[in-house]
Amino acid sequence: MSPTTPPLPDAAVPPPADTGTEATTTPDESRGQTAMREILASSWVVTTLAIVLALIISGVLIAAADQEVQDAAVYLFAKPADFFSAAWHAVSSAYVALFQGAVFDSTADTFAQKIKPLTETLTVSTPLILAGLGLGIGFRAGLFNIGAQGQIILGAVFGGFIGFTFDLPPGLHLLLAMLGAAIGGGLWAGVAGVLKARTGAHEVIVTIMLNSIAVYLIAYLLTTKPFQNPGSSNPISPPIPESAQYPLLLGDQFRLHAGFIVAILAAVFVWWLMGRSTIGFKWRAVGSNPHAARTAGISVNSAYIWVMVTAGALAGLAGSAQVLGTDKVLTADVAASFGFDAITVALLGRSKPFGTFLAGLLFGALRAGGFAMQARTGTPIDIVLVVQSLVVLFIAAPPLVRAVFRLPAPGTRRTRTPRSSTKEVAA
Amino acid sequence: MNKIIRVAALSGALALALAACGSAPEDEAASPTSAAPGASASSAAPVDFKACMVSDSGGFEDKSFNQSGAEGLERAGAELGVQTNKVESTAATDFTPNIAQLLSDKCNLIIGVGFLLEDPIQAAAEANTDVEFALVDSAFSDKDFKPVTLENGKPLLFNTQEAAFLAGYVAAGTSATGTVATFGGIQLPSVSIFMDGFSDGVKKYNEDFDKKVKLLGWDKDKQKGSFTGDFEDQSKGQNIAKGFIDQGADVIMPVAGPVGLGAAAAAKDAGDVMIVGVDADWYDTAPDYKSIILTSVIKQIGQSVFDTVEQASKDSFTSEPYVGTLENGGIDIAPFHDLDSKVPADVKTKVEELKTQIITGDLKVESPSQN
Repeated sequence: MSPTTPPLPDAAVPPPADTGTEATTTPDESRGQTAMREILASSWVVTTLAIVLALIISGVLIAAADQEVQDAAVYLFAKPADFFSAAWHAVSSAYVALFQGAVFDSTADTFAQKIKPLTETLTVSTPLILAGLGLGIGFRAGLFNIGAQGQIILGAVFGGFIGFTFDLPPGLHLLLAMLGAAIGGGLWAGVAGVLKARTGAHEVIVTIMLNSIAVYLIAYLLTTKPFQNPGSSNPISPPIPESAQYPLLLGDQFRLHAGFIVAILAAVFVWWLMGRSTIGFKWRAVGSNPHAARTAGISVNSAYIWVMVTAGALAGLAGSAQVLGTDKVLTADVAASFGFDAITVALLGRSKPFGTFLAGLLFGALRAGGFAMQARTGTPIDIVLVVQSLVVLFIAAPPLVRAVFRLPAPGTRRTRTPRSSTKEVAA
Repeated sequence: MNKIIRVAALSGALALALAACGSAPEDEAASPTSAAPGASASSAAPVDFKACMVSDSGGFEDKSFNQSGAEGLERAGAELGVQTNKVESTAATDFTPNIAQLLSDKCNLIIGVGFLLEDPIQAAAEANTDVEFALVDSAFSDKDFKPVTLENGKPLLFNTQEAAFLAGYVAAGTSATGTVATFGGIQLPSVSIFMDGFSDGVKKYNEDFDKKVKLLGWDKDKQKGSFTGDFEDQSKGQNIAKGFIDQGADVIMPVAGPVGLGAAAAAKDAGDVMIVGVDADWYDTAPDYKSIILTSVIKQIGQSVFDTVEQASKDSFTSEPYVGTLENGGIDIAPFHDLDSKVPADVKTKVEELKTQIITGDLKVESPSQN
C-alpha cells in the first residue's frame, strides 16, 4: 500500500493490440489492459483461423517473390495457365519444404533423417517456450515485459561463463550453470521490477532500454580476455565443456537436448504456480485490477518485483538452452530474436502455459521449416517472419478474422455489454 | 469519392492487363533447367557439381564480404556451369541448421562466409567427409585452439595487412595536414587487420621521410581504437569521420562496410578530405565519391571463392589454405585514379619498391589479427 505506486499509465498501450472494441471498457481500465484481455480472450477458432489466414497471405507473397511467377506474369493473358501453374508450384513447393523441414522429411534416405526435422523443431522451440512462459506470467500480472531479449542474453552470459570457466564434475556443473542463467535473467528483469515498484518507471520502457544495454554488454564482454578463446581475438567464447552441456536426448545424430525437458517441466511449474498456488492467485489479481488487489491486502509492489524476477529467470533458462544446449558456445547474437518472438509466442498462447507451449512449438516449426524453405526453394527466409507477424496481427484483431470468415461474435460469457458484438459482425 | 476509387481501380487494372499482355515464350525454346532452386541459367555447359554457400548474419546484401563471396559463387555458376545454392543466416543460431539443409540438398562444396561459422563448418566437415568445405576469413582449430588441417576443409585467408600497409604509406605521403585516420565497424580481427597494416604503413613513411604524420583512430600496440559498433548505421560513420576531420585528418580509411559511405559523405562535405576504400575498389563501387577516393585496399573474396569452386568442381580440391597476398593478387591496392596527381612521385616509387619487397619477402608486415 505504498503511496508511490501509480496506476498503469495509458500511454503504454501496445499499439498492435488495439482491437477497437472500446465498448467493453470500464472507466477504470486502461486501453492496454482491455487490449490484452481481448487478446487473451480470443477463442481457439480465431487463433487457428488467424494462422490459416497468415499462411494464405504469405502464399501470395511467396508467389509474388518467385522469379518464375514474375516471368509468367508478363504474358499472363497470352498464357494464363503458365502463370497459375508457376504460382501454384512456387507456393506448394515452399509449403511442402516448410513441412519437410519442420515435421517429417519424406525425401530423406534413412528413418533418422526423416524424423530429424521434428527434433529440430523441438530444439528451436525450447528457448521460445521458456521465454514465452516467463512473459506469459508477466502479461497475466498486468506487466507488459518486452525485456526477454536482454534477460536471455544475461542468462546466457551467466550460464555460459560458469560453463566455460570452471571445471566441475558433470551434473553439478550443469546445475550450477543453469542456476547461474536463471539468476542472471532474474536479476536483469528484477531491475525493471524494482524500478516499477519503487519509482513507477514503466516496465515497457525500462525493459526495452535494458535490452539495449544487454546487447552492448555482451558485445563488450566478448572483447575481453575471460570471454574469449585463448590465443584468439575473435568475439566468441571458448566452447562449453561436456560437463556443463545439456545431455543430448536422442544421441549424436540429433541436436535435441535436455533443455526441452526443462521447458516441459517449466510449463508444468508455471501451470501450477499460476493456476494452483496462492502466489499465482495474488499475481493474477494484481493483473486483473491492481487497485482491487491492493484493497484486498495484496502487496502490489512485491508482486511486480517477483513476477519480473520469475519471468526473467525463465528467460535466463531460455538463454541457457541456447548456450549450454544448442550452440554450446557464447556469441554476441546468442539470443537471436528469441526474446521478441517469445512475446508473440506468449500472446498467441494467450499467456497460458499449455497454449504457450503449443505456440512455441508452432514458431519453432516455422523457424526450423524456414531453413528448408530457403535452401530447397529459394524462398527468402524473411517470409517466415512475415507469417509470424501476420499471425500476431490477426490474433490481435479478432473482429477482423471473424469478419473474414463470417464467424459469429464471441459469446456473452466474458463480455459485459453484448450489444457491441452485433456491431462487430456488421462491420 | 467512390467514383474516384472506381476510376483509379479500373485504370490500375487496365495498366496491369496491358503489362500482362507480353507474348509467351516459344515452347520449343530450350527452357533453362530450373529444377534446382537457385540454379543459375548458365552460359557454360552444365556440370554435375553443386557449390553452396552459407552467409553469416550480415546476409548476402551487406556490401561487404558476404556479398563479395556470393558474387564469386554466382560467377562460378555462370562461367563454370556448376549448380549453386546459397542460404542466408539471420543469426548465429541459424548456421548449423542451414548447413544441415545444404547437406541434405546434396551440395558437393559448402562455403561458410566469416569466422563465426568456424565451429559449425568444422563440425559438419568432420561428420561429412564426402563433402568439401571452405571457410572465409578463418582457419580451423582443435579443442585446445591449435590449428588443425581438415582433409575436406579449406580456409580462405587474406594477408590484408600487406595491402593496408601500402595504403597507409600512400595516405601518409599524400596528407597535407600531416594527420590521417582510420576507424572500424566492430572490433573483429578481420577489421583490425586493415587498421594494423595502415598504422604500420604510416609509421614506415615517417621513418623513410623523417616526418611526423599522426594516425588517429587506431593504436596498434594497444589494439585499441575507434569503432562505430555496427556495420549498418551510416550516420555513425559520418559523425566519427567529422570528428577526425575536425582534428585535422585529411585521409580517412573506414573499415566498416556500408558505414564507410557515411565517412565518404562527411569527407565530401568537408571538401579536401580523401577516403581510402576497403574490400573493393570504391572508385567503381561508390561512384558518387569517385573524386575523393585516394585508393582502396582490395580483398578478392569473390575471386578466392570462384577459384575454390573451380578447383573443387574439377576434382582438384585441396585442404591447403588459400592465402590472398600481394604476390598472388588476392589482395592489392587500387590505382589512384582521379587523385593520381596528388600523390607525390617519390611516394609512388617508394610504394612500388615496398610492394616488391613484400612480395619477395624482404619486408614483413605483421598483424596480431593475422591467421
